[in-house]
Amino acid sequence: MSDPVVSAIVFYALAAFTLIGAGVVALSGNIVHSAFALFAALFGMAGLYAFLSADLLAVVQMLVYVGGISVLVLFAVMLTSGLDDSRTSNSTTRLVGGIAVMLAVAAAAFVAASAIPSGVESAVAPTTAPIGDLLLGRFVLPFEVVSVVLLAALLGAVTLARGVKGGDR
Amino acid sequence: MLRDVADWIERLFGLDPATFAYSWITNAVVIGIVALMAFVFIAIFAGPVTWWERRIAARMMSRIGPNRVGPQGVLQWLADGIKNFLKEDLVPAAADGPLFKFAPYLVFGGFMATFVVLPFGANLIAADLDVGLLYLLAITGLVVIGMLMAGWSSNNKWALFGGIRSAAQLVSYEIPSAFSLMAVVLAAGTMSMQGIIKAQGAWPWEWFLFRNPFLFVAFFTSLTSSIAEGNRTPFDLPEGESELVAGYHVEYSGMRFLWFMFAEWGNLWVLSSLATVCFLGGWQIPFVSPADIAASTGLAFWGWQALTFAVFATKASLLVAFVIQVRWTLPRLRVDQLMITCWKYLVPLALFCLSGVLVLLWAVEEKGALDWALRGVSMAAGLVLAVASFRKTRASYMADRDLYRRMEGKELWYPPFRLP
Repeated sequence: MSDPVVSAIVFYALAAFTLIGAGVVALSGNIVHSAFALFAALFGMAGLYAFLSADLLAVVQMLVYVGGISVLVLFAVMLTSGLDDSRTSNSTTRLVGGIAVMLAVAAAAFVAASAIPSGVESAVAPTTAPIGDLLLGRFVLPFEVVSVVLLAALLGAVTLARGVKGGDR
Repeated sequence: MLRDVADWIERLFGLDPATFAYSWITNAVVIGIVALMAFVFIAIFAGPVTWWERRIAARMMSRIGPNRVGPQGVLQWLADGIKNFLKEDLVPAAADGPLFKFAPYLVFGGFMATFVVLPFGANLIAADLDVGLLYLLAITGLVVIGMLMAGWSSNNKWALFGGIRSAAQLVSYEIPSAFSLMAVVLAAGTMSMQGIIKAQGAWPWEWFLFRNPFLFVAFFTSLTSSIAEGNRTPFDLPEGESELVAGYHVEYSGMRFLWFMFAEWGNLWVLSSLATVCFLGGWQIPFVSPADIAASTGLAFWGWQALTFAVFATKASLLVAFVIQVRWTLPRLRVDQLMITCWKYLVPLALFCLSGVLVLLWAVEEKGALDWALRGVSMAAGLVLAVASFRKTRASYMADRDLYRRMEGKELWYPPFRLP
């Protein structure tokens, strides 16, 4: 993959895949198609991570977003009753506002990205061990706080889903 | 691994891999060839194994099974394949066409992608990724999405039920599966498949299966969850015939149907070889260290590859036979029982094993007296289980034989591999 042309082709193919997926999510009138396209977009992101030789990040992206989040999204979409009658909120006519937001985000991303030194070639090396060291060493407190937040979210979801006492179940 | 092969080919043509400008072409060709090899391997595994399974099933149900095509019916899978090629590719009028057509490829692609990290022998592995085991757990997500896609796009309530059931099942059973495999990762200190194999040894007492009692239990939680993830009985609710006709692939016919079946039977190999890698010492041969194999050259190198592949395939095939036997022994669980098995038993058990392995790794000195005692206990437990299972199987055969003799006055085909 040292060839810059091939690298560019791979990168643009992955980026196009991701962007087309994201586009279908936003523009499709069929909400189930949107959900499947979300999966494609997230999968493309995993491909981009792998392309940037962030091996652990790519696999975790697959595990969490492709295997977990998009399945949950699909589940929620498919189990929602009256799906065909519901109006999708992302009506395709409101393109102007969407494009404005997109441009603003792109500008912000461009500014943020220009702060990062580019063109630094680093050797392809396994990232798992360093990430593990950092998570359980220097960043152990944020790591634990995140897990507490997730636990709170979990309990909150259970409480909400349980409904009123004395209902069914 | 593939990069080395590509470099070797370039050197064969007198090119220097470091300066050759079109290295990516060689790499792409090598990747293509290896992918084709994996595909051919799984084709000649999944085909005959359907015949094998049907014969075992028939024997366990005291009937004959497929025995018409070829001697003993061994060519039945070819006949099935040709039949499916020739069938019409039906798409229901009310189905969501593009998604309906794409779903089988997603399932099959997700299944084939596991072969990137599955080892077959000492050097026979497509890519020994540093995150191999995690990759294998992650890539099965594609299969879940494919099944949901098939179930939803068929526009059939049985298919949708099947798809949703299979997604719920796969997502749930991923958790005990991951926990028990993480116990292996702790013991091996790496997630690379070859690294896990090299952390074990060739002899049974060096396997992770018998390393300590916790890993012994983890083997069973892992195998159970793998069987559940493979949608096999007793966990085949997504395609429970008596309830859903056929589940998520009920509307499929011809070749698209075959892709689902392909992935399902091929998955037998994936789950068996995963268990072989993680618990049964992989391809290791007694008296030969992995370093010796790596140091060998020429003919000796390929000899070792063949030998390690034979060892690996034998272990995996025995597990395949075991999984098939389990399938035809146990009845199907109910949906609530399925979820209870996962969340109330397997998840706590796998977590307990994970913590147990952690504590033992920290407290017990490797190759110390206590370590050997733990290995001894695990091996004794394994021996008791094996003997008990053998005796039970044999007793069933004998009872069956006596019954048959009394009813028909003829001998039942025994031993079981002598088929009518």
